[in-house]
Amino acid sequence: MLKLPIYLDNNATTPMDPRVLEAMLPYFTEYFGNAASRNHPFGWKAEEAVDYAREQIAKLIGATEKEIIFTSGATESNNLALKGVFEMYREKGNHIITVNIEHKAIIDTCRHLEKQGAEVTYLEPQPDGRVSVEQVEAAIKPNTILISVMYANNEIGCINPIREIGEMAHRHGVLMHTDATQSIGKIPVNVLTDHIDLASFSAHKMYGPKGIGALYVRRKNPRVKVTSQLDGGGHERGMRSGTLNVTGIVGFGKACELAMNEMAEESIRLAKLRDKLETELLTLEESYVNGSTAHRLPHVSNISFKYVEGEGLMMGVKDIAVSSGSACTSASLEPSYVLKNLGLDDELAHSSLRFGLGRFTNEEQIDFAIDHVKTAVEKLRDMSPLWEMFKEGIDLKSIEWAEH
Amino acid sequence: MAYSEKVIDHYQNPRNIGTLDKSLDNVGTGLVGAPECGDVMRLQIQVNNETGVIEDAKFKTFGCGSAIASSSLATEWLKGKTINDALSIDNMDIVEELALPPVKIHCSVLAEDAIKAAINDYRTKKGLEPIIDGKKHY
Repeated sequence: MLKLPIYLDNNATTPMDPRVLEAMLPYFTEYFGNAASRNHPFGWKAEEAVDYAREQIAKLIGATEKEIIFTSGATESNNLALKGVFEMYREKGNHIITVNIEHKAIIDTCRHLEKQGAEVTYLEPQPDGRVSVEQVEAAIKPNTILISVMYANNEIGCINPIREIGEMAHRHGVLMHTDATQSIGKIPVNVLTDHIDLASFSAHKMYGPKGIGALYVRRKNPRVKVTSQLDGGGHERGMRSGTLNVTGIVGFGKACELAMNEMAEESIRLAKLRDKLETELLTLEESYVNGSTAHRLPHVSNISFKYVEGEGLMMGVKDIAVSSGSACTSASLEPSYVLKNLGLDDELAHSSLRFGLGRFTNEEQIDFAIDHVKTAVEKLRDMSPLWEMFKEGIDLKSIEWAEH
Repeated sequence: MAYSEKVIDHYQNPRNIGTLDKSLDNVGTGLVGAPECGDVMRLQIQVNNETGVIEDAKFKTFGCGSAIASSSLATEWLKGKTINDALSIDNMDIVEELALPPVKIHCSVLAEDAIKAAINDYRTKKGLEPIIDGKKHY
């Protein structure tokens, strides 16, 4: 029996893997020590668990344990990376290069830094959502200290050429940060071969617990330092104070170990299911995939169904949990800035759904989702005046709409 | 966001979806909203030329559940009313009936605008002055 609603919003968060929970449990009650307590076995036991998790996490991304700085999640990691680098390297320069479809934790942090005297270039991606190494290189100036380009986009799943960008950054002596929240644990990411100096990621996007994340900070070639944004006990090599979230860290470590072992197989299985979903939904007239399909996360599909509105569609597909590019609930009525910045018409941006498959998605659920979405789109088109006009061959752009 | 039961009912069982022949002299059509705003409503009324009573009303809406429900409800209320009575339908009546939250009030405003636009289209066809609404929504 199919249990409804079906969760297809794994880019927002993932359910925790039961094996992760199992690894965490003893650290809530039995081994509850503070990892910074050096004087007794309670502290030692916690520290040992943290060290082990640090190894599991480092291994997944080709780093060493000392390069992993624990944070509360990717938002904090992004803040620490950008603000920390800007403060640490300010004498060297004040220019940061990023992209206008980055996550808000990057965009808003950059806006904040602009008020502190930073100069920020927000690159426009190509229509497929990716930036090219040439685009980034052309933006480099003598005062550039940092490039921050996301590994894979959270809304459309497109993957940037991080290896090429990182290599180019190093050639110019510029630091390379990547928000790898959506990609680590899903596709192979290696900080060495990808020439990454700083990488943000979090556990809850890869079947681990919420409230724990990390910032990878390179220690060799070059040795990178970030100015701490939280004052206190000087934990995490002075870069992030605060008692370590031992249970979260243990879970994060286990989640990374599972990802390491299962990623290859899992990504093939999910790509197959995703492709089935996408192929079926594209049989609907006037439906389009948003973003690159050649360079894309295996479990993501973002599709616009023209002439139906996203929020209305969400209501019609209540038996599946997905995300919409339409933000009609907000006062602004603005659709997703990511889709808009790809150059999509507002209309298409309003009509989009993001499907995010995950470890616990199965074929039966995908089959159900296909039927469910098709039915809803057809029903809404039957009541859409725009669909009727389209069918009559009326060019919607020729109509003078009363903006409200 | 949680929708009220009435919104869900109108969304799942919309009343009076359809199209009237807009070339008929007793059919008034109102098309309001804009695709880029995520809401477009088309509301049509068929009026008895002798009595001024709205004998049929149809709608099609591109929009969220609240927009669909607002226009569906509007067609229900329009049927059987005279044109003059129809003018008194206020967006806040729709808000109240459907229990729309503040962020969805614009949907009811759009429905009221659609009613007025349809009535004005009918009046224009009859050689009457369009009614200028004192209430400015946008």
